[in-house]
Amino acid sequence: MRLGDMVLKVRSKNAGPFWVTIDIFCDRPEVFGQVRQALSSSAVAALYDVPEQLLKRFDIEELRVVKFSLPRPVVQGSAEDRDMHGAQYAALLEELEIA
Amino acid sequence: MTTRVLVPSGVLGLGFDRKALARGVAMKPDIICIDGGSTDSGPFSLGAGVSKYSRAATKSEWRTLMAARAEAGVPLVIGTAGTCGTDSTVDWMYEITVELARELGQSLRIARLYSGQPIARVAQALQAGRIDPLTPAPEIRLDDLSNVVALAGAEQIQAALATGADIVIAGRTTDTATIAALPLSRGDAAGGAWHGAKIAECGALCSTNPTSGVIMVDFDETGFTVEPLAETAACTPHSVSAHMLYENSDPFRLYEPGGHLDVTGARYTALDPRRVRVEGSRWIPGPYTVKLEGARIAGYQTTILAILRNAHYVRNAQAWIDRLTGFLTSEIETRMGLTTGDYGLEFRLIGVNGALGGLENRSGDPVEVGVLGIITARSQAEAGEIGKLINPFVLHYPLTDDEELPTFAFPYSPATTDRGALYEFALNHVMHLDDPMAAFRLEVSEIGAEVPA
Repeated sequence: MRLGDMVLKVRSKNAGPFWVTIDIFCDRPEVFGQVRQALSSSAVAALYDVPEQLLKRFDIEELRVVKFSLPRPVVQGSAEDRDMHGAQYAALLEELEIA
Repeated sequence: MTTRVLVPSGVLGLGFDRKALARGVAMKPDIICIDGGSTDSGPFSLGAGVSKYSRAATKSEWRTLMAARAEAGVPLVIGTAGTCGTDSTVDWMYEITVELARELGQSLRIARLYSGQPIARVAQALQAGRIDPLTPAPEIRLDDLSNVVALAGAEQIQAALATGADIVIAGRTTDTATIAALPLSRGDAAGGAWHGAKIAECGALCSTNPTSGVIMVDFDETGFTVEPLAETAACTPHSVSAHMLYENSDPFRLYEPGGHLDVTGARYTALDPRRVRVEGSRWIPGPYTVKLEGARIAGYQTTILAILRNAHYVRNAQAWIDRLTGFLTSEIETRMGLTTGDYGLEFRLIGVNGALGGLENRSGDPVEVGVLGIITARSQAEAGEIGKLINPFVLHYPLTDDEELPTFAFPYSPATTDRGALYEFALNHVMHLDDPMAAFRLEVSEIGAEVPA
């Protein structure tokens, strides 16, 4: 099943020019538990092609949110950047198949 | 002492609910604070030192806020004026303010806080080991920066307010500084002041109706209470606590000049269906550092856009741009004497992987493909010249030698567009200061209402 079909919302946004942060909002505690368990940090690091040790992960039970922050694959606004606000990075995680 | 801060919206130029603003003014705030920008739209504003928002939108909203200030009789503060908070955009905002004061017949004391950093100051601090890199930091190179700003914190806003200013026009500040400044100087809880400021800095984004704009925060000795002022909006413990996630790489810690906020112990309680009380956030003092932002010109760009609609070319779009790039590289070398180290030429396929590039992992069967060619060169003249050189080939180049020349769709004439300078962010560093005002400058002026003749 795709992650985006399990949860309320997946969003991404710059956190300053050098980082992007991705929030996965779950509506029910069971879904949060499932996402927390099934979504590995290594899979997310691979998806965005960043070393896993640079990935920050926050499992926030009270909010039923799993959050990832990673150094932007390319710096915001650099010649290589394709997405100034970093909001489309979420699509990759939204479409990730979860076991 | 309770301090009531009215925040009309997350940024000047995006609009707000005027009825909600009027309700806020009637509730007798102690100060009105609004943000003027951030780095969110990219390095251009900072690099060029100009506002991203239109002068007309800025002026019409500032007129409303200046009228609200006069009615409330309290200071009005804008942080990061003119999107990027350079000295030039502070002056731009000041000019608009002076125009409006005349039009509204207001007599004002205006404080301008300048955050621009002379390169010599940054170089000296670097030499003295007073600049630390954040992660990830670009290599520091100071010779070609067009603008450097330091992010002011609460202390510099407090200094501006201490002048007795009716209006404070601040250059680059942290998103939270303008809101936290007054509660902190009146002795409200530091953890609550910074946390409440972070919650309110995007206006009603912390509520159930994000576009309504207007938010009121009451700060006191133990925390803060937040309330949206549009009738259709409500703050809930979830909407408020979830706002710490927004554009924050760490949702529990927020670094500011002189320390950091830790919200791991924060408790969010619904006072009623619209208001949320927050207590338990902590302020951890640390070294007094200010974050630096800088931009430089990384080249000049010309773009060209062609649309492939022919199914054969749509199917083979990637192979086509690979072959085209190889051909053009040698044409540019032969005709202009430029090698690939001298310029950049990139074709992006819109409809294939335009947004994600190499990270894209899906493929489909698009109806058409947009081919966006981006040339980056050392001068605009050179970029434009490369654009003209490649133009006929982007229009006609065949996929193989044995097929007839295709002609693709150019949406406009000329097919090339000169984009001007490409700026890049050049700093992700902090600078240590002994005195918070050492890197900032205050100018105070009195504007008298003109008496009509």
